[in-house]
Amino acid sequence: MMNQYETVFILTPVLSDAQVKETVKKFINFLKENKAEVTLKENWGLKKLAYPIKHKTTGFYNLIEFKAEGSVIGKLETQYKREEKIIRFLTFKMDKNAVIYSTKKKKLKNQKQNKKPQIQQSKQAKPQLKK
Amino acid sequence: MAEQIRYLTPVAVDTKKDKYCRFKKHKIKYVDYKDANFLRQFLNEQGKILPRRLTGSSLKYQRKVSKAVKRARHLAILPYVTDLMK
Repeated sequence: MMNQYETVFILTPVLSDAQVKETVKKFINFLKENKAEVTLKENWGLKKLAYPIKHKTTGFYNLIEFKAEGSVIGKLETQYKREEKIIRFLTFKMDKNAVIYSTKKKKLKNQKQNKKPQIQQSKQAKPQLKK
Repeated sequence: MAEQIRYLTPVAVDTKKDKYCRFKKHKIKYVDYKDANFLRQFLNEQGKILPRRLTGSSLKYQRKVSKAVKRARHLAILPYVTDLMK
Protein backbone atom coordinates (compact mmCIF):
# COMPACT_ATOMS: atom_id res chain seq x y z
CA MET A 1 0.00 0.00 0.00
CA MET A 2 1.18 3.49 -0.81
CA ASN A 3 1.28 6.01 2.01
CA GLN A 4 1.82 9.72 1.85
CA TYR A 5 4.89 10.95 3.68
CA GLU A 6 6.42 14.29 4.44
CA THR A 7 10.12 14.74 4.98
CA VAL A 8 12.11 17.79 6.02
CA PHE A 9 15.87 18.01 6.21
CA ILE A 10 18.30 20.74 7.22
CA LEU A 11 21.54 21.18 5.29
CA THR A 12 24.67 22.86 6.61
CA PRO A 13 24.89 26.59 5.82
CA VAL A 14 28.42 26.27 4.40
CA LEU A 15 27.08 24.99 1.05
CA SER A 16 26.60 27.07 -2.06
CA ASP A 17 23.20 27.29 -3.78
CA ALA A 18 24.30 24.86 -6.47
CA GLN A 19 25.41 22.32 -3.87
CA VAL A 20 22.07 22.61 -2.09
CA LYS A 21 20.19 22.01 -5.31
CA GLU A 22 22.43 19.08 -6.10
CA THR A 23 21.80 17.33 -2.78
CA VAL A 24 18.05 17.92 -3.00
CA LYS A 25 18.07 16.49 -6.50
CA LYS A 26 20.03 13.51 -5.26
CA PHE A 27 17.36 12.64 -2.71
CA ILE A 28 14.52 13.21 -5.13
CA ASN A 29 16.23 10.86 -7.58
CA PHE A 30 16.69 8.37 -4.78
CA LEU A 31 12.97 8.50 -4.06
CA LYS A 32 12.08 8.12 -7.71
CA GLU A 33 14.37 5.11 -7.99
CA ASN A 34 12.37 3.52 -5.20
CA LYS A 35 9.11 4.03 -7.08
CA ALA A 36 8.02 6.95 -4.96
CA GLU A 37 5.84 9.67 -6.38
CA VAL A 38 7.03 13.14 -5.38
CA THR A 39 4.02 15.42 -4.93
CA LEU A 40 5.62 18.56 -3.54
CA LYS A 41 9.06 19.99 -2.99
CA GLU A 42 9.68 23.20 -1.13
CA ASN A 43 12.80 25.16 -0.41
CA TRP A 44 12.48 27.37 2.66
CA GLY A 45 15.93 28.82 2.14
CA LEU A 46 18.46 29.72 4.80
CA LYS A 47 16.74 29.90 8.17
CA LYS A 48 17.96 30.60 11.65
CA LEU A 49 17.89 27.61 13.96
CA ALA A 50 16.22 27.92 17.34
CA TYR A 51 19.27 26.30 18.93
CA PRO A 52 22.70 25.36 17.54
CA ILE A 53 23.05 21.96 15.86
CA LYS A 54 26.61 20.78 15.31
CA HIS A 55 27.85 24.28 16.14
CA LYS A 56 25.78 25.77 13.31
CA THR A 57 23.24 28.50 13.91
CA THR A 58 21.63 28.54 10.47
CA GLY A 59 20.62 25.94 7.92
CA PHE A 60 18.97 25.32 4.57
CA TYR A 61 15.51 23.83 5.05
CA ASN A 62 14.03 21.59 2.41
CA LEU A 63 10.70 19.80 2.36
CA ILE A 64 9.56 16.93 0.14
CA GLU A 65 6.13 15.33 0.08
CA PHE A 66 5.85 11.96 -1.56
CA LYS A 67 3.80 8.81 -1.88
CA ALA A 68 5.68 5.59 -1.33
CA GLU A 69 5.76 2.14 0.20
CA GLY A 70 6.60 2.02 3.87
CA SER A 71 9.80 0.10 3.22
CA VAL A 72 11.33 3.09 1.43
CA ILE A 73 11.45 5.17 4.61
CA GLY A 74 14.11 3.07 6.29
CA LYS A 75 16.33 3.27 3.22
CA LEU A 76 15.79 7.01 2.93
CA GLU A 77 16.77 7.59 6.54
CA THR A 78 19.97 5.56 6.20
CA GLN A 79 20.77 7.73 3.17
CA TYR A 80 20.20 10.80 5.33
CA LYS A 81 22.53 9.48 7.99
CA ARG A 82 25.26 8.78 5.46
CA GLU A 83 25.04 12.28 4.01
CA GLU A 84 27.31 14.56 6.01
CA LYS A 85 25.74 17.74 4.69
CA ILE A 86 22.49 16.94 6.48
CA ILE A 87 22.46 18.08 10.08
CA ARG A 88 18.86 17.20 10.95
CA PHE A 89 15.93 15.41 9.32
CA LEU A 90 12.35 14.40 10.08
CA THR A 91 10.10 12.03 8.16
CA PHE A 92 6.55 11.17 9.07
CA LYS A 93 3.39 9.73 7.63
CA MET A 94 0.76 12.33 6.82
CA ASP A 95 -2.66 11.65 8.29
CA LYS A 96 -5.94 12.46 6.58
CA ASN A 97 -6.11 16.04 7.82
CA ALA A 98 -2.50 16.76 6.96
CA VAL A 99 -3.14 15.74 3.36
CA ILE A 100 -6.18 18.02 3.15
CA TYR A 101 -4.19 20.87 4.69
CA SER A 102 -1.31 20.52 2.24
CA THR A 103 -3.57 20.35 -0.81
CA LYS A 104 -5.36 23.51 0.35
CA LYS A 105 -2.04 25.23 0.87
CA LYS A 106 -0.92 24.24 -2.60
CA LYS A 107 -4.09 25.71 -4.10
CA LEU A 108 -3.58 28.99 -2.24
CA LYS A 109 0.00 29.13 -3.43
CA ASN A 110 -1.06 28.62 -7.03
CA GLN A 111 -3.63 31.38 -6.72
CA LYS A 112 -1.03 33.74 -5.27
CA GLN A 113 1.40 32.95 -8.04
CA ASN A 114 -1.27 33.78 -10.58
CA LYS A 115 -2.04 37.04 -8.82
CA LYS A 116 1.54 38.15 -8.28
CA PRO A 117 2.34 39.26 -11.83
CA GLN A 118 -0.71 41.55 -11.78
CA ILE A 119 0.45 43.24 -8.56
CA GLN A 120 3.90 43.78 -9.96
CA GLN A 121 2.41 45.35 -13.03
CA SER A 122 0.35 47.76 -10.97
CA LYS A 123 3.43 48.69 -8.91
CA GLN A 124 5.35 49.38 -12.05
CA ALA A 125 2.52 51.45 -13.36
CA LYS A 126 2.35 53.76 -10.32
CA PRO A 127 5.74 55.49 -10.66
CA GLN A 128 4.93 56.28 -14.24
CA LEU A 129 1.86 58.15 -13.05
CA LYS A 130 3.94 60.21 -10.61
CA LYS A 131 6.29 61.32 -13.33
CA MET B 1 -9.82 53.96 62.06
CA ALA B 2 -10.38 50.92 59.96
CA GLU B 3 -13.32 51.98 57.94
CA GLN B 4 -14.91 49.59 55.64
CA ILE B 5 -13.76 50.03 52.08
CA ARG B 6 -16.59 50.66 49.73
CA TYR B 7 -16.57 50.17 46.02
CA LEU B 8 -18.87 51.88 43.59
CA THR B 9 -18.98 48.81 41.47
CA PRO B 10 -18.85 45.36 42.97
CA VAL B 11 -15.36 43.90 42.79
CA ALA B 12 -15.10 41.04 40.39
CA VAL B 13 -14.17 38.00 42.37
CA ASP B 14 -14.65 34.55 40.93
CA THR B 15 -15.72 35.75 37.51
CA LYS B 16 -15.00 32.71 35.47
CA LYS B 17 -14.06 33.19 31.87
CA ASP B 18 -15.63 30.54 29.75
CA LYS B 19 -13.00 28.29 28.27
CA TYR B 20 -13.41 26.93 24.80
CA CYS B 21 -11.40 24.93 22.37
CA ARG B 22 -10.09 27.30 19.73
CA PHE B 23 -9.66 24.49 17.24
CA LYS B 24 -13.27 23.47 17.48
CA LYS B 25 -14.42 27.08 17.33
CA HIS B 26 -12.46 27.94 14.20
CA LYS B 27 -12.75 24.46 12.73
CA ILE B 28 -9.01 23.93 12.47
CA LYS B 29 -8.44 20.28 11.69
CA TYR B 30 -4.68 20.17 11.38
CA VAL B 31 -2.03 21.75 13.61
CA ASP B 32 0.90 22.79 11.47
CA TYR B 33 4.33 22.32 13.03
CA LYS B 34 5.88 24.83 10.63
CA ASP B 35 3.94 27.79 12.00
CA ALA B 36 6.10 28.79 14.97
CA ASN B 37 4.12 31.90 15.84
CA PHE B 38 0.89 29.95 16.09
CA LEU B 39 2.45 27.27 18.28
CA ARG B 40 3.92 29.94 20.57
CA GLN B 41 0.41 30.55 21.90
CA PHE B 42 0.59 27.15 23.53
CA LEU B 43 3.97 27.63 25.18
CA ASN B 44 5.06 29.46 28.29
CA GLU B 45 8.09 31.73 28.52
CA GLN B 46 10.47 28.84 28.98
CA GLY B 47 9.12 27.09 25.92
CA LYS B 48 7.15 24.49 27.84
CA ILE B 49 3.81 23.29 26.55
CA LEU B 50 0.93 24.85 28.49
CA PRO B 51 -1.59 22.52 30.10
CA ARG B 52 -5.07 22.05 28.75
CA ARG B 53 -6.55 23.69 31.82
CA LEU B 54 -4.98 26.99 30.74
CA THR B 55 -5.40 26.87 26.98
CA GLY B 56 -8.83 25.29 27.03
CA SER B 57 -8.11 22.97 24.11
CA SER B 58 -9.96 19.71 23.92
CA LEU B 59 -7.96 16.55 24.49
CA LYS B 60 -8.00 15.64 20.82
CA TYR B 61 -6.36 18.89 19.79
CA GLN B 62 -4.07 19.14 22.80
CA ARG B 63 -2.50 15.89 21.62
CA LYS B 64 -2.07 17.33 18.14
CA VAL B 65 -0.58 20.54 19.52
CA SER B 66 1.92 18.63 21.61
CA LYS B 67 2.93 16.52 18.65
CA ALA B 68 3.34 19.58 16.44
CA VAL B 69 5.43 21.35 19.08
CA LYS B 70 7.67 18.34 19.44
CA ARG B 71 8.18 18.12 15.69
CA ALA B 72 8.97 21.81 15.53
CA ARG B 73 11.49 21.44 18.35
CA HIS B 74 13.24 18.59 16.57
CA LEU B 75 13.61 20.71 13.44
CA ALA B 76 14.90 23.72 15.42
CA ILE B 77 11.83 25.77 14.53
CA LEU B 78 11.08 26.08 18.25
CA PRO B 79 13.64 25.88 21.06
CA TYR B 80 13.69 23.05 23.58
CA VAL B 81 14.66 25.41 26.39
CA THR B 82 14.75 29.20 26.56
CA ASP B 83 14.16 32.17 28.77
CA LEU B 84 11.95 35.14 28.04
CA MET B 85 10.52 33.89 24.81
CA LYS B 86 7.72 36.46 24.76
